[in-house]
Amino acid sequence: MYEILEKKSLNPTVTLMKIAAPKVARKAEPGQFIILRTDADGERIPLTIADYDRQAGTITIIFQIVGGTTEKLNHLNEGDCLQDFVGPLGRATETEGLKKVAVVGGGVGCAIAYPVAKKLHELGVEVHSVVGFRNKDLVILEDEFKAASSKFVLMSDDGSVGEKGLVTDALKKLIESGEKYDRVITIGPLIMMKFVCQLTKQYEIPAVASMNPIMIDGTGMCGGCRLTVGGETKFACVDGPEFDGHLIDFDEAMARGAMYKPFERKAHEDACNLFGEVK
Amino acid sequence: MPNMSLVKNEMPVQAPDVRNKNFSEVALGYTEEQAIDEAKRCLNCKNKPCVTGCPVQIDIPAFIARVAEGDFAGAYKVITKSSSLPAVCGRVCPQETQCESKCVRGKKGEPVAIGRLERFVADWHNAQPDAPVEKPEPNGHKAAVIGSGPSGLACAGDLAKKGYDVTVYEALHVAGGVLSYGIPEFRLPKTIVQKEIEGLKALGVNVETNTVVGRTISIDELMEEEGFETVFIGSGAGLPRFMNIPGENLSGVYSANEFLTRINLMKAYKEGSSTPITAGSKAVIVGGGNVAMDAARCAKRLGAEVYIVYRRTENELPARAEEVEHAKEEGIIFKFLTNPVEIKADDHGWVKSIICQEMELSEPDASGRARPVPKEGAFIEIETDTVIMSIGTSPNPLIKATTEGLDTQKWGGIIADEDGLTSKKGVYAGGDAVTGAATVILAMGAGKKAAAAMDEYMQNK
Repeated sequence: MYEILEKKSLNPTVTLMKIAAPKVARKAEPGQFIILRTDADGERIPLTIADYDRQAGTITIIFQIVGGTTEKLNHLNEGDCLQDFVGPLGRATETEGLKKVAVVGGGVGCAIAYPVAKKLHELGVEVHSVVGFRNKDLVILEDEFKAASSKFVLMSDDGSVGEKGLVTDALKKLIESGEKYDRVITIGPLIMMKFVCQLTKQYEIPAVASMNPIMIDGTGMCGGCRLTVGGETKFACVDGPEFDGHLIDFDEAMARGAMYKPFERKAHEDACNLFGEVK
Repeated sequence: MPNMSLVKNEMPVQAPDVRNKNFSEVALGYTEEQAIDEAKRCLNCKNKPCVTGCPVQIDIPAFIARVAEGDFAGAYKVITKSSSLPAVCGRVCPQETQCESKCVRGKKGEPVAIGRLERFVADWHNAQPDAPVEKPEPNGHKAAVIGSGPSGLACAGDLAKKGYDVTVYEALHVAGGVLSYGIPEFRLPKTIVQKEIEGLKALGVNVETNTVVGRTISIDELMEEEGFETVFIGSGAGLPRFMNIPGENLSGVYSANEFLTRINLMKAYKEGSSTPITAGSKAVIVGGGNVAMDAARCAKRLGAEVYIVYRRTENELPARAEEVEHAKEEGIIFKFLTNPVEIKADDHGWVKSIICQEMELSEPDASGRARPVPKEGAFIEIETDTVIMSIGTSPNPLIKATTEGLDTQKWGGIIADEDGLTSKKGVYAGGDAVTGAATVILAMGAGKKAAAAMDEYMQNK
């Protein structure tokens, strides 16, 4: 069993948890993910590793409450245990040879973008972070990003915090102002990553996007997480989760991502009703 | 006096139009009377041809003679001398091409129902109160087993019986490998699989789930840091193949692995399951092996009208005859000489139909089966909302990619000698990880062989 050592609400729909998982912590690298189950009848859900502490043997996860399982997860508290917790899965972010990188995060994707920014910063890479949220209530990890970046741009859809606009607007401005990036790493909603990658393609800047598709086993067995990259079928769990952003078929990924939306909505409602009764 | 009936004792089964709506076991097993009557059909041949057809050489006439005498405990003892998983093999072995194909009684009439008798004996044993297990004296040596499928369980069991300290590492949250995630409940109840695993644990085997060797820990770390003197790789062939035709990544297209994993491992067929599954109102399964039959029969049980699309004819179907028969009885529709070329989508990116090329048979190919060739210009379109690709699996590349000095074939199979020894000292491999997708019994046999070689290696170190 995997104990929840710390729980913190980052905003009304995003929660951080620190989990005791020494075997996973020993090997975890930024860009990799874990799969967990909350209980013996639970589904397997993948979550990207937000942080790790090898000494303490802990893994930090940050999740948005979207479906039944994340709702159930959010109702667990410090001292409770998760049924299953396996990892680290997938390939780590490639950092070799990088000198200057723009990290572009959107929404809860920033939870995954942050450890990448931090790792690059620790390696001496110049990091510019561009992060976007719908409004000021949803902002997460602002101070952490600032500490890991030499330039930090905060965007919001409604202008209630930072600059009003999209992350692509901010990235374009930076590039136009003469910033030369070896790579842009983007993590967030598919639609955002699609437009970030379109932009970088225009400017011929290499781009990497972190994909988070539907998954079951996470070890290359089911193929549920497959996507098309440069005309070839790839499995996000073993070939990714990061891929060349200029080659990903984002439209296909969006269609596949919506496959279980109605089920997810219902599962979320059911879970809410369940906890509503308990209260 | 032997029973000279030309036909096997029928095994009771659930009626087809009842069972195709539930996930309970199809075949119900012999009664004691039926088993004894069937056992009496065995002529107890001196040269035992049936044994030569068994990949693990069970002394078949000996166990059947015990059954005929009503000594079921004695029969169980004979079987378990050679087999680790009799309740499993009695259900899923292709007996018709193995032991039963060599049976003298089969020359005129039907062979002795060896598989059904094995199953009966194992089930009889499992229904008895658990006898206290004698834990073997520890011999001070440590061995690791990667994967808890048939080869890994067989290897772990044999080593544990000799006193080795054995740890089995499993990537998923449940042990059993393909027995748990692949073969459906109605063919192999999961309680039987768990019973076998509990038996190993009682022998002292440690089972560590949630451990992906190659990611959580490497083989080198197991040997250098965790003190395992030998490692057995039984990681199976879990990587699904696709056809690489247009539309294969549409919503509603599954690999058979994904479809079956959702159902068997995650219990998605149960009311209120937190893992979703749908087979839609119509499902097309592509392929003709046992896995295709399993996927088709699961889809039927989820309420779909089900088609199996196969590019050769019924004669070339690689699935067991019994599975094909069961599938037909349950109302699965076979489309032979039909090969998919494209999957079409509706406006929302969901599967709408599958376009297939009609085929005809020509000269036999390398596999010895008649080669299907396209019939010029002949295409059909089948409307469907689910497509399940069941055209085979390859060994998972993760271990190869993370283990230095482990040689593999071009297609991914680990290279191992007769005893399972790989190119890496102290590291053995067997089952589908070496051969590519095969059967439970062959994997089990490989696990047992490797266990014997590992024993010898550790004793002479």
